[in-house]
Amino acid sequence: MMPSDRSNPVSAAPEAFGLSPSSPAPLMSARSLVKTFTVGRTMKPGSGRTLHAVDNISLDVFPAETLGLVGESGSGKSTLGRCLTRLYDINGGTLSFEGTDITKADARALKPVRRKVQMIFQDPSASLNPRRRVRDVLAEVLKVHRIREGAGIEDRLGELMDLVGLRREYLDRYPHEFSGGQRQRIGIARALAVEPKLIVADEPVSALDVSVQAQIVNLFSDLRERLDLTYVFIAHDLAVVRQVSSRVAVMYLGSIVETGETDALYARPSHPYTQALLSAIPQPHNRGRRDRILLSGEIPSPLDPPAGCKFSTRCPQAQDICRQVRPVLSAISAERQVACHFPLG
Amino acid sequence: MVFAVLQRLGQMLFVMVGISALVFLIFFATPGSDPAARLAGRNASPETVEAIRKDFGFDRPLPVQYVIMMNRLFVTQDLTSFVNRGLRIVPAVAQAAPVTLSLVAGAAVLWVIGGILVGVVAALARDTLLDRGLMVLALIGVSMPVYWLGEVMNLITQSRFHDTIFFSWVPSLGYKPLLTDPWGWFKTLIIPWFTLAALYIGIYGRVLRANLVEAYQEDFIRTARAKGLSPARVMVRHALRTSLIPFVTMFGLDFGVLVGGSALLTEVVFGLNGVGRLTYQALLNLDLPMVLGTVMYASFFVVVANALVDVVYVLIDPRVRES
Amino acid sequence: MTSAEKPILLDVNGLTVSFATDRGMVRAVRDVSFSVREGEILSIVGESGSGKSVTLLSLLGLHDRKTTRVEGMVSFRGRGILDLSPGELRSIRGREIGLISQDPMTALNPVYTIGWQIAEQIRAHEKISARAARKRAVELLGEVGLSNPQEAVDRYPHQLSGGMRQRAVIAMALSCNPALLVADEPTTALDVTVQAQVLDLLLRLRKDFGSAIILITHDMGVVSEVADRVAVMYAGRIVERGETEAMFASPLHPYSWGLMGSIPPLTGPRLARLKSIPGMPPTPDRIGEGCGFAPRCAFARSACLERPPLRKIGTQAALCILEEPERAALRRTVLSAEEFA
Repeated sequence: MMPSDRSNPVSAAPEAFGLSPSSPAPLMSARSLVKTFTVGRTMKPGSGRTLHAVDNISLDVFPAETLGLVGESGSGKSTLGRCLTRLYDINGGTLSFEGTDITKADARALKPVRRKVQMIFQDPSASLNPRRRVRDVLAEVLKVHRIREGAGIEDRLGELMDLVGLRREYLDRYPHEFSGGQRQRIGIARALAVEPKLIVADEPVSALDVSVQAQIVNLFSDLRERLDLTYVFIAHDLAVVRQVSSRVAVMYLGSIVETGETDALYARPSHPYTQALLSAIPQPHNRGRRDRILLSGEIPSPLDPPAGCKFSTRCPQAQDICRQVRPVLSAISAERQVACHFPLG
Repeated sequence: MVFAVLQRLGQMLFVMVGISALVFLIFFATPGSDPAARLAGRNASPETVEAIRKDFGFDRPLPVQYVIMMNRLFVTQDLTSFVNRGLRIVPAVAQAAPVTLSLVAGAAVLWVIGGILVGVVAALARDTLLDRGLMVLALIGVSMPVYWLGEVMNLITQSRFHDTIFFSWVPSLGYKPLLTDPWGWFKTLIIPWFTLAALYIGIYGRVLRANLVEAYQEDFIRTARAKGLSPARVMVRHALRTSLIPFVTMFGLDFGVLVGGSALLTEVVFGLNGVGRLTYQALLNLDLPMVLGTVMYASFFVVVANALVDVVYVLIDPRVRES
Repeated sequence: MTSAEKPILLDVNGLTVSFATDRGMVRAVRDVSFSVREGEILSIVGESGSGKSVTLLSLLGLHDRKTTRVEGMVSFRGRGILDLSPGELRSIRGREIGLISQDPMTALNPVYTIGWQIAEQIRAHEKISARAARKRAVELLGEVGLSNPQEAVDRYPHQLSGGMRQRAVIAMALSCNPALLVADEPTTALDVTVQAQVLDLLLRLRKDFGSAIILITHDMGVVSEVADRVAVMYAGRIVERGETEAMFASPLHPYSWGLMGSIPPLTGPRLARLKSIPGMPPTPDRIGEGCGFAPRCAFARSACLERPPLRKIGTQAALCILEEPERAALRRTVLSAEEFA
């Protein structure tokens, strides 16, 4: 079953949703992005099923903003992040960075883009070679991208350590000698080594303890200000995303269901899913239970998304039309887009 | 389900045909040598060579040669050895197969029971002297070459101590058919069984112990203990049950290969005329039709054993059932 | 709450757990004391390595007896359970104390059906036919909110979603109607919307079955949502305990302040920076006799090198040298709201 009829991608693409009237040209821009995976393919012909991990997503990332991507498992937020950094090939739509189309760019064409777009992962130790010292890991990045040479390298290594709040003598240690929080700092240093403009961070703090998580969240904020960075910050923890993001996009089963300016979106969600998600989070800061919307059931399999609105099977407000017609992400105010037939007031 | 079974059978057939084609090409289509001359063996007369060439169609294209060969091997079954004139391939293999099967099947029973015992006891007694002792014994079992162990067994049971009351029951070397003389069959095979099984008890015991120790780290074992189950039940119904999956894989492969002829050394030492020995002699004499026959026989068992492993998987692991 | 008048179900006094390592004995849990009353939800909250899971495993006797030494006194319904024989302990595990594990993916045996695994537990403790046990399993699965228990009972774990699996784990823990449920991070592996359902279920079970629950978690939000009382663990010790309401209103220990400041708020004004705690939690082999939090504490003084005193204020108690009114003044400076963006 095809989850949606994908007509002409150009006409299907919603208007680029801007941050504000004065917002500059977007740094990165995706139009009708599609990423599919084939699962369960056997020797039986036609046995594979297509999973739309990213299903027709359009979004812009503006300079100096932090765009938070939130969603539960299966929402496709990590896949979207990997498409934006072109770690994944894209199956449909277009992706451009600084006005250049990089949808189909090959490794050579991507090299200058990789210098400007970096990715940070949940588990930095998986991407750090255990037999190499921090110094070698970072110096290699500098050399590959010809960022510094000779004595300049040593200076830069020191700068990077200062930036992420690690002592310079840690350069001579191996990854296993660090705690989880320190390893994430090294992961950040490695991303910063190439002096990127855009950093896509995929659940960068979710493996950390609360007290350490707060340090890294603060580090992200500090670095943005000092280095004029732009972030796409992917996380399932809505409180962390609220803390770091200027704008938020909420994902459900491969689609963006709502996007808007952070404070307004958290204060007055327009999509029933956003509202339910926010109400489901247990909060220490204002104890005394608010009116909780307890969603029934669980997220449907992305292999077999519901017809019409993907959220219709769990939505307390669903009407007949919701089960038949898939709502398009459209603007309900200057800074808010919602994909819902009956957005909340 | 029916489709899956048919698919699996199709795969097996495909593999067998592939092996037969490969073996055929290696033996009969190697450039620079005359297959007819090879088939005829050493010192054959030109007339014989010529007759063979006609007979096997070696003057015709390769695919035709292959079909003729396979037809004679499997359909008319009159492919004969030219080294041992008149020895028909298929009946010869059919005669040797029960010997090998008896040897390997008996040893397999011993090594499965022995391997599970060693593995379970060592895992339960982990890090104690008993565990270390068992692992050292298992290592010794793995390290002893089977021909050496076999000769030592023979030395003890056939000559040195044959006249003591312990080993006077041991019959002389050779095979006694199961159907005509079951008790003799058993007595002649019991020493070979233990000899062949020693290596595998060692391997299986060590692997199973490692799997069990790993299984005990699993959450579901903690759950099982938290349910208030007895240690024996936790071991047998939970740890052992899940650890058997790699065990079965190994068993399928080893069993298939051994039945296919890899029990050669044991067969030779104990004078058992099995398939391994048949293959060995055919190779010595460059008896190509015989080699072709035994290779096909061996690949059949390997393929069948693998298919059986898959079936057992479905029985013991519900996760496999769906895919 | 009337739970304060209910009889004490589990009383832990001076629990100390040590492991044998290459560098000698390491104490992962030091002199921990707490109690749980019937029908009460106690939450033990702490970061990784704080000793919260070790505490729980040693209560159930699930630790490795060869490498672990457990000292202190644990009495469950008046029986000292640390002195019980393995057989006696087994009759308590699963029957009177049920365990709910963190990850429902791995907590169930993949090769048996849900119903089989529940029935196995029932039949380990009661003389009952296989058919009757299965019937109970179906009832239990309905009880925990599986929509089609008749069908679910014959499903294998991998055929269920994460939330359904955790419900099955809870059904199994409940199967012998235990007086106490111990839940080790029961919602950590679940999505937020499913977590809300499971927390809801735990609260309902407490009401319907009257089970007391020890809930181990690192999530202060979860604690505030369901717990009657809280124990905060750090570096192997309970540094603060008290009634949830009071503790969230005015935490006593500087570590508790740090934890609260580390969590970004979901409503109200946003903070420019989170008030994170510098440094990181120590590993058990690096903890001395003094206050384990002192190296990260902004108010540490030389006296903190010695064993901190237990100070009680109302229903709360904290292991800290600070005394009122100094504590109140410091807390105001830490948790003040001046730094909003």
